[in-house]
Amino acid sequence: MESSVSFAPTRNRSSPSNIESRERSFVHLSQAEQAMLAGEAGPGLQMAMRLLVAVAESEDATHLVGVSAAHIDGCLYHGQSGIDFARALLEGGARVEVPTTLNVASIDMLHPELYRGDPQRARKSRELTDVYIELGCIPTWTCAPYQLPGRPSLGDQIAWGESNAIVFANSVLGARTNRYGDFIDICCAVTGRAPASGLHTDVGRLATAQIDVDVDDAVLDSDIAYPLLGYVIGGLVGSRVPAIVGLDDRATEDRLRALGAAAASSGAVAMFHAVGVTPEAPDIESASGGREPVERFGVSKTDLEGARRELNTGSADLGAVSLGTPHMSLTEIRALAALTGSKTAQVPFYVNTGRGVLAEAEKEGLTKDLERFGVTVVTDTCTYITPIMGAIAGSVMTNSAKWAHYAPANLGVEVIVGSMAECVISAASGEVLLGEDWE
Amino acid sequence: MSNLVLVDGVAQATVLKLDGPLSLWGGVDPDSGLIVDTRHPQRGESIADKILVMPHGRGSSSSSYVLAEILRLGCGPAGIVLEEPDSILVTGALVARELYGVECPILVSKTAPTSGEIWLLDGGQLMRVRS
Repeated sequence: MESSVSFAPTRNRSSPSNIESRERSFVHLSQAEQAMLAGEAGPGLQMAMRLLVAVAESEDATHLVGVSAAHIDGCLYHGQSGIDFARALLEGGARVEVPTTLNVASIDMLHPELYRGDPQRARKSRELTDVYIELGCIPTWTCAPYQLPGRPSLGDQIAWGESNAIVFANSVLGARTNRYGDFIDICCAVTGRAPASGLHTDVGRLATAQIDVDVDDAVLDSDIAYPLLGYVIGGLVGSRVPAIVGLDDRATEDRLRALGAAAASSGAVAMFHAVGVTPEAPDIESASGGREPVERFGVSKTDLEGARRELNTGSADLGAVSLGTPHMSLTEIRALAALTGSKTAQVPFYVNTGRGVLAEAEKEGLTKDLERFGVTVVTDTCTYITPIMGAIAGSVMTNSAKWAHYAPANLGVEVIVGSMAECVISAASGEVLLGEDWE
Repeated sequence: MSNLVLVDGVAQATVLKLDGPLSLWGGVDPDSGLIVDTRHPQRGESIADKILVMPHGRGSSSSSYVLAEILRLGCGPAGIVLEEPDSILVTGALVARELYGVECPILVSKTAPTSGEIWLLDGGQLMRVRS
C-alpha cells in the first residue's frame, strides 16, 4: 500500500477547471445522536455513529431514522477484520439497542460434523459468532429471518442484511430496509438508527421499471417459474424497483421469496412490486406513484427457458441434490416429505433450513420422512458458502436460482436447476430427470 | 463536471478499469488481490495498489467485509473511482481506516481514467499524472 499512496508535498494543488468537489450533504442529528457521535455513550457507539453518518452522507440522507429490528450478515466469517470490528464495538461498550437476529455462519453448530473445511477457519468462525452473541444478538443463524416469530410488518423501519431477506422484507412484508452491508448492519443495531434514504422513504419505494409477464397458466402454476422469473428480472433491472404485472395469488410467499432471492443474485434488486399481490401494489398506479416507468420489459416463457439454460452448467450425470436456498420453510418441508413417499435417494441429498423451522418440522414428525429418504439436514449455514458437500462426481441439482448462480464459482461444481419434484424423482433414480413441469 | 467524495484521502497509482461488474466477495482473493471470478473478463489481474475504476459495486452485501479484509492484508486497491455512490464499499473502506489506519479514498466521478495510466486522486480532485 505505502508505495502507491502519495502524500508528496510537490503535487499540483491548483484545481483543473473541469473538476470541482461537490459539497457533501449535511446530516441533521438529534441531541442523542450528537451525544453518541461525541463519544458520550462510549467508544463503541461513537465508532458506530461515525460510520452511520459517513454512509448517510454518501447516500444524501438528511437525517437518521429509528429502526425497530436488525438482521446481521456480518457474522459469516471472511477474515480477521470481522472479529476485530465486532470486538471493537463490544469492548467499546456497545450492545444491540433493538431485537437483532443473526444470519448464517460458516459452520452448522447443531451438526458440526458436517463441516469438511480447515479447522482453524471453523475456530475463527466460532470466535466471530461468539462476539455477536455477546453484543446481544439472538443466535437464530438463518438467512430467512422472516420465518421467525414476530417478523416485521407493513411500514416498519428495519435494518436488515442478506440480500434475499432484504428483498423479502421490502416486497412481501412491506417493511422498510435498504441493502445493508456487513459492519453497517450492526452499527444500525447498536445505535437503533439507519440513514433515512432510499427504501426507507416513500418515494424510494416506487417502481421505476415495469415487467410485463406474459406466460400461460401452466407456467404460473409451476414452482420453478418463479426463481427463473426472478433471475431474468434481476438481469434486466439491476438495482431498480420493478413492478411485475401478470402474477396473481398463485404467487405464494415461498414462490415470491424464490423470485426475490434470484433477482437479488443476478441483479441488486432490493425490492419489487407484484401488482395485485404484494402489499404496496394493489394496482400499477400505487406501485409507480402514477409515474411512467423508466424502463419496461416483457418476459415470456422463452425468456424463462433461456434463464434455465444459462444457469444449467452440468450434465445428466447426477452427483447430489441441494435444496433450501434461502433456508427451507415449513410449508416446503411438508411438500418435500409428501414427495419422498417410499422412495430412497441414490445420491447425497441436502436440505438447508433454520434451526427454528427444523424444530417445528421435528414436532410434526416430518424429519422422519426426510431421514428415511436419505436427506442430510443442514442448519445454521448453507451448502454453497462452506465446505459441507465434499467432492461431488456429477451435477448438483437445486431448485434455487441463487444456489445455481453462486455455487459453480464457490464450490467448483456443475449445476442443474429443477423443481423440488424433479429433484426428488432424479435423486431416487440416480440421474437427472427433467420435464415434468411445463415442457 | 463535479466529483463527489465518499471517502476522503489521497492516492497516486496505476489505474485498473474494470470491463465488467465485480463482486469483491467471491470475486477477489483477499490474500493476493487477484480477480478470481471465473466469469470476469479480467480474471487473473490484481486490484492490489491500483486505482480501481468500476461503474458500480455488485451483488453481495459481504463486499464491505471483503474490502476491509483485503485492505488489512495489504492487497487492497489504493483508491476507488465509481460512477454512482455505493455505501457497501464506503463501509469497507471506513472500517479499514477505523481498525488499521489503512486509507482507501473513494470518489464518484464521470471522469473515467484508462487502465495503465497513473492518476492522482486527492480529495475531490482526480487528475492524470502520466500515461
